[in-house]
Amino acid sequence: MKLVLEKRETVSSFYRFVSPLLAIIMALVLGAAFLAASGFSPLKVYYYMWWGAFSDWYGISETLVTSIPIMLCALGVALAAKMLLWNVGAEGQFHMGAFAAAWVALSMPDAPAWQVMPLMVLAGMAAGAIWALLPAVPRAYLGVNEIITTLLLNYVAIYWVEYLVHGPWRDPVNLNFPLSAPFSSAARLPSLFGTRIHLGLVFALVAAGLIWFALGRTKWGYEVTVIGENPRAARYAGMNIERNIVLTMCLAGALAGLGGMAEVSAIAGRMTRQLSPGYGYSAIIVAWLAKVNPWAVVLVSVLFGGLLVGGYSAQVIGVSAASVNMLQGLMLFCVLATEALGRYRVRAVHAAVRGSGEGASIDG
Amino acid sequence: MGTVDYAVEMRDITKRFPGVIASNHVNLAVRRGSIHALLGENGAGKSTLMNILTGLLRPDSGEICVRGERVALRSPASAIALGIGMVHQHFRLVQTFTVAENITLGMSRPRFALDMAPIEREVAKLSSEYGLAVNPHAKIWQLSVGEQQRVEIIKMLYRGVDVLIMDEPTAVLTPQEVRELFETLRRMTADGKTIIFITHKLDEVMEISDRVTVLRAGKDVFSCDTRETNARELASKMVGREIGQTPERPPVAIGDPVLEVRELTAIGDRGTMVLAGIDLDVRAGEIHGIAGVAGNGQRELAEVITGLRRASAGSVNICGADMTNHTPRSIIEAGVSHIPEDRLGVGLAPNLNITYNAIMKRYRCNEMCRGPIVDATRARTWTDGLVERFNVKTPNLRTAVRLLSGGNSQRLLLARETSMEHKLVVAVHPTRGLDIGATEAVHTILLRERESGVGTLLISEDLEELIALCDRISVIYEGRIMGTVGRDELNLDEIGMMMAGISAAEKGDGHLEAGA
Repeated sequence: MKLVLEKRETVSSFYRFVSPLLAIIMALVLGAAFLAASGFSPLKVYYYMWWGAFSDWYGISETLVTSIPIMLCALGVALAAKMLLWNVGAEGQFHMGAFAAAWVALSMPDAPAWQVMPLMVLAGMAAGAIWALLPAVPRAYLGVNEIITTLLLNYVAIYWVEYLVHGPWRDPVNLNFPLSAPFSSAARLPSLFGTRIHLGLVFALVAAGLIWFALGRTKWGYEVTVIGENPRAARYAGMNIERNIVLTMCLAGALAGLGGMAEVSAIAGRMTRQLSPGYGYSAIIVAWLAKVNPWAVVLVSVLFGGLLVGGYSAQVIGVSAASVNMLQGLMLFCVLATEALGRYRVRAVHAAVRGSGEGASIDG
Repeated sequence: MGTVDYAVEMRDITKRFPGVIASNHVNLAVRRGSIHALLGENGAGKSTLMNILTGLLRPDSGEICVRGERVALRSPASAIALGIGMVHQHFRLVQTFTVAENITLGMSRPRFALDMAPIEREVAKLSSEYGLAVNPHAKIWQLSVGEQQRVEIIKMLYRGVDVLIMDEPTAVLTPQEVRELFETLRRMTADGKTIIFITHKLDEVMEISDRVTVLRAGKDVFSCDTRETNARELASKMVGREIGQTPERPPVAIGDPVLEVRELTAIGDRGTMVLAGIDLDVRAGEIHGIAGVAGNGQRELAEVITGLRRASAGSVNICGADMTNHTPRSIIEAGVSHIPEDRLGVGLAPNLNITYNAIMKRYRCNEMCRGPIVDATRARTWTDGLVERFNVKTPNLRTAVRLLSGGNSQRLLLARETSMEHKLVVAVHPTRGLDIGATEAVHTILLRERESGVGTLLISEDLEELIALCDRISVIYEGRIMGTVGRDELNLDEIGMMMAGISAAEKGDGHLEAGA
């Protein structure tokens, strides 16, 4: 007996809906095997994670807080993915957004909130957009692979922030810790419901709504859809592909930059070198799991926020932080696997398929 | 159990796809050592049936016997093991590999060390045996389409196939290559091999086949020995009615030129000069045909006119305005419609629905949107009108275009292209691969355009089509116009010679058939 893959003629819509769930379950099962092998009871670890992330109002609010930067980054990644652009650079755009917002905050310590806050938002979005523009222009006009350029620019952005907090921006009050001076209270994004949940959640939800509307209803969204499906047809129909690549990438960068701005302003309150545990990379997995649908991005981001927060509680019983990263990786792996299963079916073939085949019927 | 006289028997084969029955209790019996033509319009179920026979698809019910024995076909490999192989319309070759490498590709022997010498010897032997001249060391991309087809045939012979299925093998060949192919097929049957020949060209059926089966709408409607039938009968079996005569061409007043091309040159995908100084014009109310063997610059000419390829020198004037190297969009806005050669690859977005495809050139117009927002209701109403008027058969407007048959997707494309404000239609092989019904529909639309005073540049390989529709025919050869003949002075021999690169002035004794 051997297993063979057969191509399906159509992918059922039920499966398309269920496959991300299946992927998550598969990832949990595989993760359980790993946890068991490293001496932990998987059920206990998952229970701790669940308990930490969703069991009480504090856990839920922390989960939402963590999901905000992922959401904004993932919306950007998903928007670019709609045009078949691989924006792997959300992490860098996030850092540049945080940098620009911090720069505004630090240079106007005495300005009132109504002046400094809009400027921080604009600066954060602009910096993210510019960081995405750098790979977008060569991609659009010269065909330079954006996967590589966006990825490499992440390091530039991350080390730029490292340089600032170790060097020119380091707060002398802080005994050589790599931290900038704290922002004025006017430069802190307001929180909601007396928790750490901040206005960034509103930004993310508004952004999701706008993207959903723009893709489904506007001329620009129509162009993005056609370019993503068939660039040759788009060019033939007179659409300006180059301009749309640049525009879409800039919007994607602006969203990630806004995420960086919100994080540095609401959570950190100063520039630090540990702004992101890899939100921009989680965003890639989220965008995939969400199949590029903005509302699904919101949901999956919350799930991923929960995974991170739950990971922190699991560390209480000794599970390493790396194990949580591994669970994330397993999820992407399983998403790709279930996608393949959507297009193929696995069949067990019993006898060798050769000429004789007496009485072997043709089964469907 | 089946009879040993038959190479292949398919009995009562049924295959359903969501929403359609592609094969409806089909029977097909192919005698050993014969050429069996499988004739039918697009969507009649020819490809489905052959995909079942080659193990790509599994039937829902029915049985298959090969050389009298009932078999189960689970994969192309199991079909090959039974000696059944197919040469697809779109070749399955690796462009950067050599001929010999492609032939051995996917075989389990040799297992590890790849010694090409014996393979090349075998290839050379097969080529000379069946008249399939091809150099085993050549890389695929260096070969003409006809040579690539030979590689596919040798690939099958090398695998020991003795039932060879050819899917519309002549669609991409020049008349000369068709003749060579037929010679090869005859040699193969003389050698005891069996050929199943899928086509929708009647003259080929009459010329090459021993027996013919006609499929229509998933059923085998007719089967007989070829010498007992004729093209007219087969045509009526195919479409289920008597086919129409050549379309009517009422006289139309010819107006000012809508397209003037002067000394146009352009570089092709391979970096060579594909247009070497084209001079051409199309007047309002005229259909100007471009005849020529594929690959002589036809596609590139259309691309340069529509702004999809840069002209390296020369000019393109549209309605008197210089539009050389303008953007596709400004050329569309200048009134140029384009029916591209590659319908699904260029003209349509196959995964998107009908409405999305129908508004592709119209979504920017004021009537279709309010500000930056596309008015979905108006888009649907408008698409509905198009689908109705051009008789596009579809379950609904949300159907993805890839699910439409070839004829219906072409109808949709033509509907979109001829319903916008336009002065010039550039049509490239608009009926290639279409069945009789859809071809007639396309011809009717093009003639209607002519009557409404639109100029048409019709690029086609089908001389009959050009003769039926055109006011003038120019012949393109190696990126140059060899000559232009008016409708009244048509001479097939002359066109045939120009297609081979012999200009009217220097006609020697190079005898060539026009392939019409």
